[in-house]
Amino acid sequence: MSCELTLQKELRGAEGAIALDIATPLKSGELTVLFGKSGAGKSTILKMIAGLMEPECGKIVIEGETWFDSEKKINLPPQKRKVGFVFQDYALFPNMSVRKNLEYALDGKNDKKIEEILELTELTNLTNEMPQTLSGGQRQRVALARALVREPKILLLDEPLSALDYAMRGKLQDELLRIRRHLGLTTILVSHDIAEVYKLSNHVLELEQGKIVKSASASEIFGGSSLSGKFKFSAEVLHIAQSDIVYIVTLLVGQDVVKIVANKSEIEGLQAGDRVILSSKAFNPLLVRV
Amino acid sequence: MLEESFVATMLLTFKLAGVTTFLLLLIGVPLGYFLAFSKSRFKPVYEAIVSMPLVLPPSVLGFYMLVFFSPQNSFGMWLEERFDLRLVFSFEGLVVASIIFSLPFMVHPIQSGFSSLPRNLIDAAYTLGKSRVNTLWHVLLPNIRASVLTGVVISFAHTVGEFGVVLMMGGNIAGETRVASIAIYDEVEALNYALANRYALTLFLISFVILLFVYAINKHFLRAKV
Repeated sequence: MSCELTLQKELRGAEGAIALDIATPLKSGELTVLFGKSGAGKSTILKMIAGLMEPECGKIVIEGETWFDSEKKINLPPQKRKVGFVFQDYALFPNMSVRKNLEYALDGKNDKKIEEILELTELTNLTNEMPQTLSGGQRQRVALARALVREPKILLLDEPLSALDYAMRGKLQDELLRIRRHLGLTTILVSHDIAEVYKLSNHVLELEQGKIVKSASASEIFGGSSLSGKFKFSAEVLHIAQSDIVYIVTLLVGQDVVKIVANKSEIEGLQAGDRVILSSKAFNPLLVRV
Repeated sequence: MLEESFVATMLLTFKLAGVTTFLLLLIGVPLGYFLAFSKSRFKPVYEAIVSMPLVLPPSVLGFYMLVFFSPQNSFGMWLEERFDLRLVFSFEGLVVASIIFSLPFMVHPIQSGFSSLPRNLIDAAYTLGKSRVNTLWHVLLPNIRASVLTGVVISFAHTVGEFGVVLMMGGNIAGETRVASIAIYDEVEALNYALANRYALTLFLISFVILLFVYAINKHFLRAKV
């Protein structure tokens, strides 16, 4: 079973036109992350796979089935492509309860299947709730359950966790890992969050201006392979201040703000908002129970 | 005798409004859907045409319909020969005129209802294998119930209250085209203020009750909205 994506299209975004032009295989059963700045074309790629948007030319083969081929004039409508799509805003049907959302997806009742998915996503207690009464994390799980219930060939996740708070995100990442391990489903995840990418991905495609600039594993892309630190965190620069001959750099690591001392060569070219790797070598870590 | 003509006129008024609203609903949903989601270059043209009755004096609309549907002219003649249908000075004609005249009142709320729904709802339904019609029926319409209800009520009320187009197209034939608003005018002209007042007061009260009913339901409806 193979998956293959070749997509070309001129996109008009907020920052002018970019040419989406990618060609990559996808590993069956793995989770591939599309990583990159907003406007790089990540969501567009998901929409093209789902058939919600048409590439100018290219080819989409998922698990051996050709869904789109501009040369052979094949273009299956979204209804014929077996995708499970989880949208950023979840797109739950507000007029249907949790169970009805799943039943509608399944074209009627299949109680066994629905129970199974509800159990897998830990929604059994919420089956009769309406979407607007659910919390963000619960909605996200319903959206995932609805996408899974039709047994799709590919799962497409468009920043599904970005609207959630940090703790909920971690919990749902664990759940996503567990569910994916259970089903072994080929998955594409769009994400901004480096920690999330590290945790969930088998493979990462980094996109810039509609092109794939890197295709590797998460640790190869973000690890900064030239560093051999014992501790490594990805961080965001918040502030740089000079203090005598050294510089005090304020960093956001996860949800924590830390200050470190840096010398001039380290901060050269750095400015607030940049992503950096914070690592440490020979030192003696202290563990204190909290 | 007097009682009978009063009842007949009121019944005719509400029959006209009811039939018009029902047919408008059948036309308004697909038209609103089309206008909300069309990417056609000519969309502004279609929107302008639908909205024309809002700005045109009813007499202008009535006049052109009168001319257009008159058996003296080719289209009116064709209708009469082919379907035995005469639209001028008849109830059927009033229905056609009312539909055209109230079109924006049905289409606008439905169109804006559709436009206000997140695009992802439609995409989600498509990725779940649902056809366009299935999505419209099971996902879109239930979520714009309030807009549809608004369209229905305003169209109904507007048809009950319409005067100019009815007068031009239908005239004043008792039991066929004499609706309440025409009857009020007629009775005032005959200085029959008591009867005019009865028509007016009845319209006033019924309109109020309908609106009250609708707002009461809508409160319940809106709670279930997005």
